[in-house]
Amino acid sequence: MELNEEQIHRYSRHLILADVGIEGQQKILEAKVLVIGAGGLGSPILYYLAAAGVGTIGIVDGDVVDMTNLQRQIVHFTSDIDRTKVQSAKEKINLLNPDVQVHIREERVEADNALEIISGYDFIVDGTDNFAAKYLINDACIITKKPYSHAGILRFNGQTMTVLPGESACLRCIFPEPPPPDAVPTCSQAGVLGVLAGVLGTLQATETLKYILGKGDLLANRLQTFDALKMEFRNLKIKKRVECPVCGESPQITSLIDYEQTVCDLKL
Amino acid sequence: MRLTINGKEETVSDVVNIADLLKIRGIETPEMVSVELNSEILNRVDFETTQLKENDQIEFLFFMGGGQTRG
Repeated sequence: MELNEEQIHRYSRHLILADVGIEGQQKILEAKVLVIGAGGLGSPILYYLAAAGVGTIGIVDGDVVDMTNLQRQIVHFTSDIDRTKVQSAKEKINLLNPDVQVHIREERVEADNALEIISGYDFIVDGTDNFAAKYLINDACIITKKPYSHAGILRFNGQTMTVLPGESACLRCIFPEPPPPDAVPTCSQAGVLGVLAGVLGTLQATETLKYILGKGDLLANRLQTFDALKMEFRNLKIKKRVECPVCGESPQITSLIDYEQTVCDLKL
Repeated sequence: MRLTINGKEETVSDVVNIADLLKIRGIETPEMVSVELNSEILNRVDFETTQLKENDQIEFLFFMGGGQTRG
């Protein structure tokens, strides 16, 4: 794909980077990335991938924009309340960069649609906010050998890692099973400082672009943690486990599972 | 006993195994924690039988992503 005059202008700060250049920008323009969740993490991921010129961006989300989302989900505006998140996000991306083809799916990722939803994409980004979806995305990506970026945020903390199926540790290597639904203790401690979504989502977008470019060292076999109160980043070495239930030597999990998701009632 | 916990050196007493350590650290939600001992993730069922020794390096890894709220 030849860059036109406008694209040479738009992406000039990429083109002058030795590790991107015209060839790298062409890779970005040809890349197909799926972002699951157009919320807190999804917002900066979508903005930066769109601005960078990722040629095809898929967005999956079954929710509508709610007033309580606006504190951190910066792709949505006050005037978007009650609109679907996928429509709202698509509109912003189109305004930001007409080079990007946006494919939207207004639905939740579930065991019976996950494999089909992720097919056709080069890289998957998990921007969801619940463990049921996170395990589903992990397992679907491992089963179909799709690289993906995981992240989670809670209160003043966040963490992320990049999973290269077959090569690096996956979510289940660290957390083999989701916590029992009656345990979900995070409900009593829920809440998140809005900018955490910005910090972690931006790291996920960075990893996505590095993967597309084939440059640098991905956050594979490493868990990057961030503590905003201490303003501390830590990078923990993680190993792929031979006994991992989904990516180990004799996996017990070979098909997708819908876990029950506890939703906290927010009492104000 | 001197241990490195989440990257910081600490001296702890009355601690024999991983389960003890979770208790004295006051971790309210052990279901949400994985423990890495000297770079190896432990099986949850081994928390009580895994003995700690001088200079062990322990990381508590918290699962994040269960705090979805309904406004």
